[in-house]
Amino acid sequence: MSPFLAREMLTLSFQHLWLVVIAITVAAAVAIPGGVLLTRRPGLRRSLLGFASVIETVPSLALFGFLLPLPLLGGIGPHTAITALCLYALLPIVRNTVVGITGVDPAVREAAVAMGMTPQQVLWQVELPLALPAVLAGLRIATVTTIGTATIAAAIGAGGLGVFIFEGIASVNTAMILAGAIPAAAMALVADEGLEWIERKFSRV
Amino acid sequence: MTPPPAVLDIRNLSCRIAEREVLHDIKLTIEAGETVVLLGRSGCGKTTLLKCVNGLIPASRGEIVFQGRPVAEWDPFRMRRAIGYVIQDFGLFPHWTVAANAGLVPKLDGWAADALEKRVNLVLDAVGLPPHEFGARYPRGLSGGQKQRVGIARALAADPPLLLFDEPFGALDPITRFELQRHFLELRAHFHKAALFVTHDVREALMLASRIVLIKNGTVDLVATPGEFLSGATEESRAFLASLDGGRKNE
Repeated sequence: MSPFLAREMLTLSFQHLWLVVIAITVAAAVAIPGGVLLTRRPGLRRSLLGFASVIETVPSLALFGFLLPLPLLGGIGPHTAITALCLYALLPIVRNTVVGITGVDPAVREAAVAMGMTPQQVLWQVELPLALPAVLAGLRIATVTTIGTATIAAAIGAGGLGVFIFEGIASVNTAMILAGAIPAAAMALVADEGLEWIERKFSRV
Repeated sequence: MTPPPAVLDIRNLSCRIAEREVLHDIKLTIEAGETVVLLGRSGCGKTTLLKCVNGLIPASRGEIVFQGRPVAEWDPFRMRRAIGYVIQDFGLFPHWTVAANAGLVPKLDGWAADALEKRVNLVLDAVGLPPHEFGARYPRGLSGGQKQRVGIARALAADPPLLLFDEPFGALDPITRFELQRHFLELRAHFHKAALFVTHDVREALMLASRIVLIKNGTVDLVATPGEFLSGATEESRAFLASLDGGRKNE
């Protein structure tokens, strides 16, 4: 492997990681409070989760394409990719937050209220800690899929490991494709293992 | 000199849920040291009455006066912290230790750490769970009877004048239930609290009650001491007594 290729691989890997971290952070910041809100509004829950599922079914390349002509969110470059990746990451995090909180034993919630906890205290001291393993599982699923989907970001000039893959496809160069695919796969595996380890730490009650 | 107000005074309480009158014109007072057992069939409104006392369901007519002050005028969170509550399914926090569970209410009330620890040790000892052995354990590793002992310790922890019990021993096996019922009597002698106790088990009512209030279709059917209850003054009380001897009287 030439030193040039190695350096390029490192740069693209960091770019890739950066896309994923920003997308997951923004998605989590929206999806976790959103999930909590949805547990308070059962009517809203069905329609919004349905909407998120619909987004999930749009092929990722098409979603990037749809976003291109949009003002602010769209255009060529990383911010369009981040918007799309965020949209994909929302559903698993929201859904797992909702499942985690609605899965809290009703007797536990009843006791918490009857003992004089305020709704805030019930949320922060009872519901969220008990939902944490489910929320973390949602984050893990979102992160792993986002690492894969982010390779497509190169198609709209957002960089990342997809650059190698698209170049490799264009020049029928298998080594080039692998130079993008292997680090992406490795990154997904490390993220999966690492987040699962954190998840296990928090589920050990 | 006027006598001190009753711990709990329920005055002509009616309660509607979804257009249906679940409770009708309930009158009841409870003094310190007294256990009033609400006895009735499933769905007769006895649990609803507990929830009204705790401010979880509003009264539609009449009022409930807790410690000389109408429930509607209390800050609901402060009032609930001043009333112990024990439920059938325990409702312990699985992510908290036994000691933390028992100390929940004093902690919400902002007790200092050392006073809290002392009180938790006292109540855990009182319910028969030595704190050095059980305090650091999690509810997951406890038997049903032990879980409910923690539930009772939690209800007693902030030294509330009134305790509410919603079929607390209903989920336990008969032997454990009997142990906890006997323990309940010891605790009552020791802590001298007012207690409102819901059950559908007439045997339990006869064993634990200072007074039995028989509820039928949301109204008070009969108020009697356990001794008086045995004479079967109403049809509903006779129905409960018949269940007691398994119908052998009719054979």
